[in-house]
Amino acid sequence: MQIILNGQTIETQQANLADLLVEQGYEALLVATAFNQHFVAKDQRADTVLIEGCKVEVVAPMQGG
Amino acid sequence: MNMKTTEANNQAAQAKNKAKNKTKTKEGSGKALEFYGQKLESRLLLGTAQYPSPQVLLEAIEQSKTQIITVSVRRESGSSQDGQQFWQLLKQSNCKILPNTAGCHSAKEAITTAMMARELFDTPWIKLEVIGNDDTLQPDVFGLVEAATELCQQGFKVFPYTTDDLVVGEKLLAAGCEVLMPWGAPIGSGRGLQNPKALESYRHYFPDTSLVIDAGIGLPSQAAQAMELGYDAVLLNTAVARAGNPVAMAQAFDQAINAGRSAYLSQPIEPRDMARPSTPVAGTPFWLS
Repeated sequence: MQIILNGQTIETQQANLADLLVEQGYEALLVATAFNQHFVAKDQRADTVLIEGCKVEVVAPMQGG
Repeated sequence: MNMKTTEANNQAAQAKNKAKNKTKTKEGSGKALEFYGQKLESRLLLGTAQYPSPQVLLEAIEQSKTQIITVSVRRESGSSQDGQQFWQLLKQSNCKILPNTAGCHSAKEAITTAMMARELFDTPWIKLEVIGNDDTLQPDVFGLVEAATELCQQGFKVFPYTTDDLVVGEKLLAAGCEVLMPWGAPIGSGRGLQNPKALESYRHYFPDTSLVIDAGIGLPSQAAQAMELGYDAVLLNTAVARAGNPVAMAQAFDQAINAGRSAYLSQPIEPRDMARPSTPVAGTPFWLS
């Protein structure tokens, strides 16, 4: 299925958010996530089922003012 | 005197007492700086963006003597992992982290960003920005109050980036904010305090609230002016990061903020329209001759 990860359309066969993060190289990284504009806590990622066209945000610390 | 007149007089007296209490600024602000129970020595909050190098950022943080640095959250790439390197750098600063919601244009975006920041940085502190205009980067105060209300209910310690509007300030306090951060000028403009009279009124109107000038500061003298008005602290980024020598500028801001604070506590003289000789006139040679 196709989903939108950080604004980019990608193809994935992963069923949930936790597996998607592993597939995309985020495993062991300090990141936070949102699914369709709703925050998803770390312990909820495995329960967050991906669906066609869903929007996933993966963020990390960045410089800011 | 009829009953209606007496009631009116009582209301007037209460309003006068309320106004009197609200002008006890100087006494009330002589205390140590404290944000949400966290006592602090430095009155400078420093941003971490736009520095020429990570090393310069660390040196500027050290020379500024700041204890709070602001950071943000952005999309992370699983391959380049830029955020992970920045996080390793931040840990060397030993400063308290104040994440922001910069770039958010709605309460919903800001709330979601705040929740992601809380998990990332393991802190309930959030510098709440809801931007209403891309040219001025001025706050959308309606979205700001909406987001602050929700975040305070969820246990966040909110530092709202706001205007100098008193009513908005009151609504933010009612929402649960214990700190207010009115802007000095548009973000990154370096124009200093654009409306010092309004900011002075703001200080008098909220005598017991921790007030921080956030944004628009370009020079140490402008930061000193904010402190002379009685503000509790100053938050800035661009003025240091984009200076020719960020490390020296960071030191200059530390000195200016301390000087401004000392001046405020030293009870400055009132300005006069006409001259008054500082040298005693009596005994001047040829006086009255």
